[in-house]
Amino acid sequence: MKRFVGFIKKEFYHIFRDRRSLFILFGMPIAQIMLFGFAITNEINNVDIAILDHSKDVTTQEIINKIASSKYFSIKQLIQNEAEIEAVFKKGKVKAVLIFEKDFSKNLTKENNATIQIITDATDPNTANTISNYTNSILQKYQQEINKNIKIPYQIIPKTRMVYNPELKSVFMFVPGVMTIILMLVSAMMTSISITREKELGTMEILLVSPLKPFQVIVGKVVPYIFLSVINAIVIVLLSIFIFKMPVQGSLFLLGIESILFIITSLSLGILISTVSATQQTAMMISLMGLMLPTILLSGFIFPISSMPLPLQVISNIIPAKWFIIILKGIMLKGVGLTFIWKETLILAGMTLFFIVLSIKKYKIRLE
Amino acid sequence: MSISVHNISKTFKDVTAVNNISFDVKEGELFGLIGPDGAGKTTIFRILTTLLFADKGEAIVANYDVIKDYKSIRNHVGYMPGKFSLYQDLTVEENLEFFATIFGTTIEKNYDLIKDIYVQIEPFKTRRAGKLSGGMKQKLALCCALIHKPKVLFLDEPTTGVDPVSRKEFWEMLKRLQKKGITILVSTPYMDEAALCDRIALIQDGKILEIDTPQEIVKHYPKKIYNVKTDNMYKLIECLKSYEHHYSVYPFGEFVHYTDKRDDFNPNELHRFLEEMDAVNIIIQPTETTIEDTFMELAK
Repeated sequence: MKRFVGFIKKEFYHIFRDRRSLFILFGMPIAQIMLFGFAITNEINNVDIAILDHSKDVTTQEIINKIASSKYFSIKQLIQNEAEIEAVFKKGKVKAVLIFEKDFSKNLTKENNATIQIITDATDPNTANTISNYTNSILQKYQQEINKNIKIPYQIIPKTRMVYNPELKSVFMFVPGVMTIILMLVSAMMTSISITREKELGTMEILLVSPLKPFQVIVGKVVPYIFLSVINAIVIVLLSIFIFKMPVQGSLFLLGIESILFIITSLSLGILISTVSATQQTAMMISLMGLMLPTILLSGFIFPISSMPLPLQVISNIIPAKWFIIILKGIMLKGVGLTFIWKETLILAGMTLFFIVLSIKKYKIRLE
Repeated sequence: MSISVHNISKTFKDVTAVNNISFDVKEGELFGLIGPDGAGKTTIFRILTTLLFADKGEAIVANYDVIKDYKSIRNHVGYMPGKFSLYQDLTVEENLEFFATIFGTTIEKNYDLIKDIYVQIEPFKTRRAGKLSGGMKQKLALCCALIHKPKVLFLDEPTTGVDPVSRKEFWEMLKRLQKKGITILVSTPYMDEAALCDRIALIQDGKILEIDTPQEIVKHYPKKIYNVKTDNMYKLIECLKSYEHHYSVYPFGEFVHYTDKRDDFNPNELHRFLEEMDAVNIIIQPTETTIEDTFMELAK
């Protein structure tokens, strides 16, 4: 036991004396959460639009006011004719142009029917879609207001309610994903690098010719990173609660336990990587290419799994991150308990056991 | 016997690193493996320290079989690899403490064993190991390999890259350790260090050329060696090689070691020959055979 404690002490010296790895450990989680929370977002805010108003009457003025007063749009330009539309788009000044037809107000009152054309810049299809949806909802609201006293028979009004994330805040979706990626990266990459560093520097040779048992070396490497990853997880959760006002609906205790489980899964993957790579470079490449990319692309973090082609859907099942994201979303956003996520937990636990057994089997007690 | 090796062979892909080697090291002996880079010295060390499996043959270290009892061997030997293999980001003291802990001992318990060496690096004990000079690194590595009081000490090229003064000190330390009853197997490419061992094995291309005491090994040399020197070293070697009676010509420090084919060689004849070849300041004098000469002869 004393040997083991001595080994762990040494690992902490390594971590705290290497500024770069300290930076990766604690700088990256904060940077990533901030990036995903503030910069990379699906929401639209203050999108610049232009308006071409052919009728310039009371109604159009009212609608324009409504749009201008919403926080989603800011009216950048009022243009006078169709020819200008192309020009403003090409300059990249605006993302959308609203065109009111001639005699808008008259058509609306006399024929019960007036047209607004929404032209959006679809080079960014997501934004374009969101813009047209938001515009539609503003127009619908206005319609309801002016129709308040008039009874229209047989009207179907769909009322959509978004549950769990009613404001559709994209940061809520990113937090579980970012947390997954960071825990994966810190745990898997850092352990695999720290083990291969011993191989590269030749210290592994001395460790082998010592009475330390393989599992003592492996567990000794892993314990400091479990500790650091848990701190990371806490930092991420605190950031999302206090900066992004993300509610954690479920039990914090369960969240902690599940996070530790996933941290151990990632660490065991890191050990596995270190047993197959001889240099720190290889270990880093394998962790980045072999773990990060599938984790980002196939875990359902950014792209929904249900819309992937079938083969990819099947492959996504072997990505541990997929299961952890389901668990995280369940606990953080839906507030479910273990009864709803026991299956995912079991899968993660099984994977962990598999990786640990495999890496202990693959750990070489000799140089060959 | 502290170490006994029987018919060990080891092949990597198509390179035979160690070819049917056998030797014994007595308890408390300072045994040297002498040979150039690539002779197979490191492979022998790795087989004996249980880091590699031999393809063939068997080896016993401190009465334990290197394959069956590898765990026991790992408790009882000290190993200092050729490459500096301590933690560069740990201080001198932390390194020593770490190795003491993983061997289940403390610095205090075995301090008497490392004291002579440790006092020399103690002033720098808070310095990171990576920032030490070559000689001090080796001293620290030796301390770390000794801290658990090993029965057998394996030192793979401990003096490579170390300055001459530190090298000398290092060998004096080995002699002192030997007196404390530790068996030492050391390898070196420096022939001058070979003379400091009790017995040596000359190795080349994975084969042992000869095993004996340094004194005996030089006696086996068949010829009388002469130190030859003139103003122009390069031209001298050319001249000597063109001399019809030459047996061997090797540059050796500031001299050229020359041997003649004839048993009744007269240095004056060679002097005249060199004069004819326009050499100036000719010096020809008999000299002692060194291990290097023997090695060159055997390696022919």
